[in-house]
Amino acid sequence: MMGEERFLLETEIGKRLKDFQLEVSFAAGKGCLGLLGPSGCGKSMTLKSIAGIITPDEGRIALNGGKRVLFDSRKRISLPPQKRRVGYLFQNYALFPNMTVRENILSGLGAISGYESASQKKRRAEEMMERFRLEGLGERYPGQLSGGQQQRVALARILAYEPEILLLDEPFSAMDTYLREELRLELAKVLKGYSGVSLLVTHDRDEAYQLCSHLVLMEEGRGLASGKTKDLFQNPETWEAARLTGCKNISPIRRLGPFRVQALDWGGLELETSRPVGEEICAIGIRAHDFCPLSEGEAEAWKGRPGANCIPVGDPSISEMPAEWHITLENGIWWKKEKGVYSHDKAKALPPWLRVDPSAILLLKGKTATGRS
Amino acid sequence: MDWSPIWISMKTAGLSILITFFLGIFAAWRVVSMKNQGWKAIWDGIFTLPLVLPPTVAGYFLLYLFGVKRPLGRFFIEYFGVRIAFSWGAAVIAAVMMSFPLMYRSARGALEQVDPDLTDAARTLGMSEWRIFRKVLLPNGLPGIVSGGILAFARGLGEFGATAMIAGNIAGKTRTLPMAVYAEVAAGNMDSAFQYVEIIVIIALGSILLMNYGAYRAEKKRRHR
Repeated sequence: MMGEERFLLETEIGKRLKDFQLEVSFAAGKGCLGLLGPSGCGKSMTLKSIAGIITPDEGRIALNGGKRVLFDSRKRISLPPQKRRVGYLFQNYALFPNMTVRENILSGLGAISGYESASQKKRRAEEMMERFRLEGLGERYPGQLSGGQQQRVALARILAYEPEILLLDEPFSAMDTYLREELRLELAKVLKGYSGVSLLVTHDRDEAYQLCSHLVLMEEGRGLASGKTKDLFQNPETWEAARLTGCKNISPIRRLGPFRVQALDWGGLELETSRPVGEEICAIGIRAHDFCPLSEGEAEAWKGRPGANCIPVGDPSISEMPAEWHITLENGIWWKKEKGVYSHDKAKALPPWLRVDPSAILLLKGKTATGRS
Repeated sequence: MDWSPIWISMKTAGLSILITFFLGIFAAWRVVSMKNQGWKAIWDGIFTLPLVLPPTVAGYFLLYLFGVKRPLGRFFIEYFGVRIAFSWGAAVIAAVMMSFPLMYRSARGALEQVDPDLTDAARTLGMSEWRIFRKVLLPNGLPGIVSGGILAFARGLGEFGATAMIAGNIAGKTRTLPMAVYAEVAAGNMDSAFQYVEIIVIIALGSILLMNYGAYRAEKKRRHR
C-alpha cells in the first residue's frame, strides 16, 4: 500500500477476544500510520500486541524490513516488551507518580547502550527536558503538572531511549478540548522530527486526518480499508469506511440508471451522480459540509438542467454551534453550515433549497441496507 | 506480677512481623505475577489457608512437621542441634504462620490496585521485573501494604491456638500474654489475668494507632506532591 518503499513495520496478527476475533494485517513505512475506528474495535489491542504487553494467538510482527522479528507464532518467537525497544505513549501517559520528572525520564535509560554511565544518563535526561520545554520541572512530581506538561514528560521519557517504533494510544483522549488542538500541533512537530515509524490509535477522524499520512480503518477487530489518508477521505468506497471517516449522510439506494439513484432513507430523493453507478453500489454518502444553499431564483434556474440535485429544505430542526449551524432536514439529511460566532439569526441561516454537486456524492458498496434495499 | 509474658510477647510479635512482612509481600508479588490462573488459585488457597483453619489445626500441622520425632524436627536437632518444638522459636513460627495470610492478602490487594498501565509502561521502558517490583509496585502499593502489616502485627500479638500446640505454655520461655491470661484464668486468678488483659489492650491499641498515624502521614505526603 505504500509503493516501493521498504516497510519498517509489518504486522499480521490474530487473537480471539471476548466479543470478536481480532484479525488485522498492515505494513507501515516511515511516517505516521493511523488506526482509526470506534472504541472497542481492537485498535488498542493491536498496539499492545506490537509492544508485547499482550500476546496474540497467531501471526507475525517484524521491524526493519523483516530483519528484526518481535513476534512469530510459527517460529515460537515472542520477545518480552523489555527487548522490543518500542516507545508506548499511554492514554493517561502512565507516568510513575512516585518519581520526579527527571527520574521518570531516567527510568527508560536503564539498559540502553550508549548511556551506560550515570553522567551520560543525566546529560541525556537534561537534553530531553530542554527539548520538551521541561526546564525547571525536573524535581516536580507528575501530580503537580498540567495535562500538557504530563504528555511532554511522557514523550521525553520515550524518545530519550530512541525507540525503533513509536506507539501512540489515543494521546488526546485524557485532555480538555481547548488543550487538544494545541497539543495536536505539538505532537505533529514531534512526529515530523522522528525518524522511525509511528502508529497512532484514535477514534477521532480530525486527529487521524491531521497527524497520519496513511490510515487503516478498523471495525470489530478487522481492517476495513487502508490507504493514503486523503484518498480514503475523498473516496471511502464502502459504507463502513464512509461512516468512520465521518460522513454524516449515508442512505441505501435504488439504482434508477447509470448516473441516477433514488435515496431510500431520504424520502425517496432522486439524485444524479458524476460517476457511473455500478451494480455493486448499494448506498450513497454526502458529507454534511458538501451542500450549497440556493435561493428560490437560483433553484428555478437549476431545475431541468443536468446535475441539478436540488433538495427542498422545508422545516428543518436546527441547532447552533459556535462556528456552525447543524441543520437536520425533514428527510433526515444533515447539513453543516459555517457561521460566525457573532451571528445567531436562524432565519438567515435557512435557504429554501440546497444543492449537492454530483461529484460530491460518494458511491458506496459493502454493507447492504439494514432490513431494506 | 510476672513481667516475662510481656517481654516474650513483644519479642515474638516483633520478630514474626519482620519475617511475615517480607515473606507476605514476596508471596503476593509472585502470585500476582502468575499468568496461569489455575496455579494462581492454588497458591492463593495455600497462602490463605491458615486464616480459615482453626488455629489448633494449624498448630497440629506445625507439630506434625517440627515435632521431635518428625523428619523436619529431627533434621534441625541433628544438623543444628536446635529443638524447635516447645521452644521460643516455635512461638515465632506459629505467629508467622498465623499472621502470614493477613499480610499476604493485603499486599496482594495493594499490588493489584497499582494501575496495570504503570507496570506495562515500565516493561516497554526496559525495566526488569525485579526493578519494576521495587521501583513501581512497592512504592505505589505502600499504603495498602502498611495497613496489612498493622493487621499482621496485631494478629501475631494475639496468637494463641497454634502457639499452644507447638510452643506450649512454658513460663518464662513460651508463655506469651494471651497464654498468661489463659493460665491465670485457669488457675482462678482473675485479678492478675486482668492485669495482663490491660497490658495486651494497651500494646495492641497503641501499636495500631502508631501505624495508622504512619499510614496517614504517608498518604498525606503522597497527596501533596
